[in-house]
Amino acid sequence: MAVARTEGNTFAARARGHKSFVIGGALTLLLVAFALLSLVWTPYPPADISIPDKLQGPSAAHWLGTDSLGRDIVSQLLVGSQNSIVVGVVAVGIGLVIGVALGSLAAAKKGWVDEAVMRASDFTFAFPALLSAIMLTAIYGPGLLMSIVAIGIFNIPVFARITRGAALSVWARDYVMAARACGKGPLRITLDHILPNIASPLIVQATISFATAILAEAALSYLGLGTQPPQPSWGRMLSEAQTLMFQAPMLAVYPGLAIVASVLGLNLLGDGLRDLLDPKLARQR
Amino acid sequence: MLLFLLKRLATLALTLAVASALVFAVLELLPGNAAEVILGDTATPESLAALQAKLGLDRPPLQRYADWVGGLLVGQTANSISYDTPTAELIGERLQVTLPLALMAMVLTVFSALTLGLYAASRHNRIGDVGVMVASQIGIAIPNFWFAILLILLFAVQLQWVSAGGFPGWSEDDGGGLWAGFAALILPALSLAVVQAAILTRVTRSAVLEVLREDFVRTARAKGLTRTQALWRHVLRNALIPVLTVAGLQFANLVTGTIVVENVFVLPGVGRLVFQAVANRDLLVVRDVVMLLAAMVVVVNFVVDVLYAVVDPRLRVAGA
Repeated sequence: MAVARTEGNTFAARARGHKSFVIGGALTLLLVAFALLSLVWTPYPPADISIPDKLQGPSAAHWLGTDSLGRDIVSQLLVGSQNSIVVGVVAVGIGLVIGVALGSLAAAKKGWVDEAVMRASDFTFAFPALLSAIMLTAIYGPGLLMSIVAIGIFNIPVFARITRGAALSVWARDYVMAARACGKGPLRITLDHILPNIASPLIVQATISFATAILAEAALSYLGLGTQPPQPSWGRMLSEAQTLMFQAPMLAVYPGLAIVASVLGLNLLGDGLRDLLDPKLARQR
Repeated sequence: MLLFLLKRLATLALTLAVASALVFAVLELLPGNAAEVILGDTATPESLAALQAKLGLDRPPLQRYADWVGGLLVGQTANSISYDTPTAELIGERLQVTLPLALMAMVLTVFSALTLGLYAASRHNRIGDVGVMVASQIGIAIPNFWFAILLILLFAVQLQWVSAGGFPGWSEDDGGGLWAGFAALILPALSLAVVQAAILTRVTRSAVLEVLREDFVRTARAKGLTRTQALWRHVLRNALIPVLTVAGLQFANLVTGTIVVENVFVLPGVGRLVFQAVANRDLLVVRDVVMLLAAMVVVVNFVVDVLYAVVDPRLRVAGA
């Protein structure tokens, strides 16, 4: 039954009233804004060392203080947000592109192709992102690229499974059968009918995987396997702060709060999108 | 049930075989070879040749793979480049810290998640439920290594109740002991548990709410059971299936989480061993530890699969 697009049930109206979406969206926009701002301006160059200014507390000159090399904390936090965005976008992008392709193939072909893709996904689940990153960095050395590849590889089976599950239910629909009867091939049907109709769960998973990627990159940088100096990174800031816990305990708080705020924002955004994109909930209003 | 078990065992064996092939392929079939990675760019041809002979790199890959897997199965592994000790011996020592740590974290996770999840479901849409949901949402966003640092800040730096890290050993002869050992693992286990408990709490709450809506629960209440009695006798067992799924999957996160948390607390576990092996370019240790951790994940998922069938008899029939 068609639902009138009244003021009460348009997507925008429902989004404005959804607390998780609003709070998550605000936090996520803040992360993006800080990353964009840091491209053109930071209070100080983040790599600028000034030993006389080391381990200062918050002041008018340095809003959150300085670290053991006199580097401004706010500047490092701002530039560190760039890493989070880059890792999230690229790692999720890898998972999305390859995972959706594999999942669509499995759903379209079924049979042994489906079985092969799903078993391959199962095997990859035995290697969480951190483990894959350790294997890759053992051979190729640490760095942002290896972190992104490892996290991206782990995202592939996640998106493959979601795509396959959602695509299978769309393949069973009458309009898809009609398209097949009209002579459309599997690729055309996938592009014209399957993918547009499975976009919602993929969008939701993308926000959740983005959050996971930020956490994984922070863990790898903490271990020294991710972003390398002099590029600032929230994880490495925590690693350096741990050695100064008795002298400057707050240095261990700020990067952690930045990570929590970013991940919380993305998770809340994902939760909100899951509710807003659910057609059953839309029809209830 | 026997057929179900045999099918699952076959899948387990196949998954382990493929995982070992993947690990071998990534770490052994490299551009260049393992000797060049270990010794670096400044290695002389003579030292390279000597290490290649020591690592058996002159043998065909399939033979090296078969020797490696065969050695793993009987516990006879190659010597670590850094420690000149069989990797099995190194890993065995370190597992004495990592296994108890992972188990403590899992117990904390499951206990707190079941308690909070049941509580939230029984207070659905009231302040208790909202409080648990907000706390769990924040818990999911916390990096476990940051939470570990905060715990050190509070209990070691501020209150000075515990040391900031280290492990005294399980034996009193080494200055440790059972209680001292467990005390040293409490904060690391809490760090590992907080994120997993937050996730599992939400899953438990959803699962319990789903089951609370079922007709048989309404019937149980109509027959005179209190809400609490219905919750424990009828709801919990049926809600356990999705909870078990997620708990099993979370074990993978716990195991990899030990890599980071052991480095925060400087615990001599498997996680710290592999981290040091990466720094020392000790590929043999990295290979064997990665295989061990992957195998632990696969085996735990197998155990969860079997437990499903125990909890839900319908799955034994479906699986067979």
